[in-house]
Amino acid sequence: MRAFLGVIGLYLVVALALPLGLMLGKSLQGPGDEFVGLANYIRYFSTPALFRSIANSLWVASLTTVITVPLAFVYAYALTRSRMPLRGLFKTIALVPILVPSLLPGLALVYLFGNQGLIRGALLGHSIYGPIGIVMAEIFTTFPHALLIILAALALADARLYEAAVALRAPRPRIFWTVTLPGARYGLISATFVVFTTVITDFGAPKVIGGQYNVLATDVYKQVIGQQNFQMGAVVSVILLVPAVFAFVIDRAVTRKQVALLSARAVPYEPKPQRAFDLAMLAYCIVTGAAILSIVVVSQFAALVKFFPYNLTLTWAHYDFDQRGGGGWASYGNSIRLAFLTGVIGTAIVFVGAYLVEKARGFAFGRGLFHFLAMLPMAVPGLVLGLAYIFFFNAPANPLNVLYRTMTILVVNTVVHFYTVGHLTALTALRQMDPEFETVSASLKQPFYRTFWRVTVPVCLPSALDIAIYMFVNAMTTVSGVVFIYGPKTELASISVLNMDDTGEIASAAAMAMMIFYTNVAARGLHLLLARWLERRTQAWRRR
Amino acid sequence: MTTLPPYLRIQSLTKKFGAFTAVDNISLEIAEGEFVCFLGPSGCGKTTLLRAIAGLDIQTSGRIEQGGRDISALPPTKRDFGIVFQSYALFPNLTAAKNVAYGLENARAKRAEVAKRVRELLDMIGLGEHGGKYPAQLSGGQQQRVALARALATSPGLLLLDEPLSALDAKVRVHLRHEVKQLQRRVGVTTIMVTHDQEEALTMADRIVVMNRGAIEQVGTPLEIYREPASPFVADFIGVMNFVAGTVVRDGTVRLGRTELACDADGFAAGTEVTLAVRPEDILVQDGRDEAPNTLAMRVDAVAFLGSFFRADLVGDALGGALLRADLPVDLVRRLGIAEKSTVSVVVPRERIRIYPGSTVHR
Repeated sequence: MRAFLGVIGLYLVVALALPLGLMLGKSLQGPGDEFVGLANYIRYFSTPALFRSIANSLWVASLTTVITVPLAFVYAYALTRSRMPLRGLFKTIALVPILVPSLLPGLALVYLFGNQGLIRGALLGHSIYGPIGIVMAEIFTTFPHALLIILAALALADARLYEAAVALRAPRPRIFWTVTLPGARYGLISATFVVFTTVITDFGAPKVIGGQYNVLATDVYKQVIGQQNFQMGAVVSVILLVPAVFAFVIDRAVTRKQVALLSARAVPYEPKPQRAFDLAMLAYCIVTGAAILSIVVVSQFAALVKFFPYNLTLTWAHYDFDQRGGGGWASYGNSIRLAFLTGVIGTAIVFVGAYLVEKARGFAFGRGLFHFLAMLPMAVPGLVLGLAYIFFFNAPANPLNVLYRTMTILVVNTVVHFYTVGHLTALTALRQMDPEFETVSASLKQPFYRTFWRVTVPVCLPSALDIAIYMFVNAMTTVSGVVFIYGPKTELASISVLNMDDTGEIASAAAMAMMIFYTNVAARGLHLLLARWLERRTQAWRRR
Repeated sequence: MTTLPPYLRIQSLTKKFGAFTAVDNISLEIAEGEFVCFLGPSGCGKTTLLRAIAGLDIQTSGRIEQGGRDISALPPTKRDFGIVFQSYALFPNLTAAKNVAYGLENARAKRAEVAKRVRELLDMIGLGEHGGKYPAQLSGGQQQRVALARALATSPGLLLLDEPLSALDAKVRVHLRHEVKQLQRRVGVTTIMVTHDQEEALTMADRIVVMNRGAIEQVGTPLEIYREPASPFVADFIGVMNFVAGTVVRDGTVRLGRTELACDADGFAAGTEVTLAVRPEDILVQDGRDEAPNTLAMRVDAVAFLGSFFRADLVGDALGGALLRADLPVDLVRRLGIAEKSTVSVVVPRERIRIYPGSTVHR
């Protein structure tokens, strides 16, 4: 078992630890790779044009967090605590942003509020290019993530607490403040940090709609792609790591507490119908859901007409990607290949890794180290990982540099980029299994891999499928992780969106972004069918 | 105790978890075919000792021999045992038959032979009809028996049971005690069972190892453990026991409050502080007139009906306020009209009194 753990551990070291370490080193080096100490940092903090981005990043992240978390909380409250109709539909709508690249809301906002936008008057003369646009786009992007976390927290509600409160004649507001909110507080804290970190590290929205408003993520991109100043790119990356690592540490501490809450035996809460409240919640969800859908609908509509909103003649011209600035239709094919490979290979690696961490006996130090490496990607923004890959895999001395700009390195990068969530999902599934399975097998003289194959894998198959679809969807939409390491032959659909937006072909960018959306919807649908089929075929034992 | 060479020999076994000593220098011998219970409160080290025998938690120091072979350093796969856990750890996605067959299936095994053996085992545990069911479709007791059959399938030399009955309903538990014991007799496998349930240990074991704080308090047959508990801990842990503090007056006499009782207090110097222990069922109510030795006049403070007998709380000036619990037969209570506040004279038979050094009443 240690050998297997070593192999996957080695993968994490090569694909994560070494590149990151090298990048930290680069931030202390001059253009000729000579050691210059903190000189780069000193230069960074004495250049207002650069360090102003820190304040900008913190500002848009704070603003987005303050808006998104309450919005998501009310939405989650409506889904769990009201008896309004169509709750399933509204949950599905709220999750739409997960399926699109973070570039898409920016494109749609340009169509809506841009210089020639449909309803630009709504901004009262303010420009959408800048903090307003970034915050609006980020709310769209982060909403489902906050919602899922808060939903999980609210779902933990113990009906007996509510019954006790009612029996003590507490009025509704008091029940809300003394039972509902405290029960969801860890979820709220967790959602706050996830939203904040996502915004700080997101690259798509500020790239498309940030205009002259510089943030940390776009600075990394400009330093590296625009000015070829890799050292300064490394410095900004390190600065970008700080809030992400900070938020990650707090989030982990909070999540651990939430788990402790979960272990108590609770009776699930069933809301009772209340006409006025349910209607108010329904109205809220309709407005919020419509806002989310409008982003997608506008993008699709703009992609199908000659010139939105002035010439609404239908045309397929924007889908002629091969004639545009991006990687053409080939990039779409590349994205599907990447997503498929990441889904399959990533799931296998993540699952086996989690199994070894959870079930191996002894060797505590090695397992602890492995677990740390598996948790690390959550705290590493995609751009930082990508830049680290330039330093590590593009180095002439590295024998692995043949991989640079190949599909292989894109898969390696994407698997690592999204490793943590998969790892945690797998761990959760594995921890639900009796810890004595391995012991029993050992007493029956069976090798561990036989039990892994005959029991662990079949029992955890639904979770493995969840990891696979998560990896697939994220591989389709990611930009930040791969923007530095794709090659001419491996351009991806999401990168094409970026490049076509750069060359002003916004309608085509929107068309490609929507192709990603539809692909993800199809993948989700397929995942659902497969999961159902699997449940019927291999999960018969779950039925009593 | 036994004349056969021991099948399992544990020598000076110690297991530490960091600074905490879970098992402290334990030595023990178990004969072939014996059914031994490790009994003690939670945290006494009984499970740790079992896991050391299985090789799941290798001991910090000490030696384990099984069938004359030193297994101290072997991993679980190289040892010869079958194990049943409290959770049963049945593979949920495999049927009962597949679970039982799990240890039998390997490259060399013939399908037909495996099927035959599984058939035998399922019949043996009375689940011949249920082989095709998944664990979730079986009752707790049935799952327990499947786990037992799976552990016995490979005919191990040693069967380890880790609180195997604790997860079951009271009625099923009592029924299965008998069944497990019968099965063990029939198969003749040396068995170690860990339990915190004294009744389970008393009814099932050939010998009981009472453990406390990582050490062995007493090893003996159920009757020995119950009748002659070696320490106040054992006396208190097994069954119900009255403890009364006293002082040795001379050989054969101890003073309790204002009363002197005759008992086997030999070996204690006069003036030694001691604790007397006597079981409630050994206290007899004086029926007739004739004065027996060790007769005490007591007042009934409370009386509780426990179905097959009454338990009376007795107090009296004779014992200086100490409480004595006595189990009284139903017909006797009726005949003498014993109720709260009535006075009775009771006899504490000399041969039923056990004496422990020290006056701290163990509670």
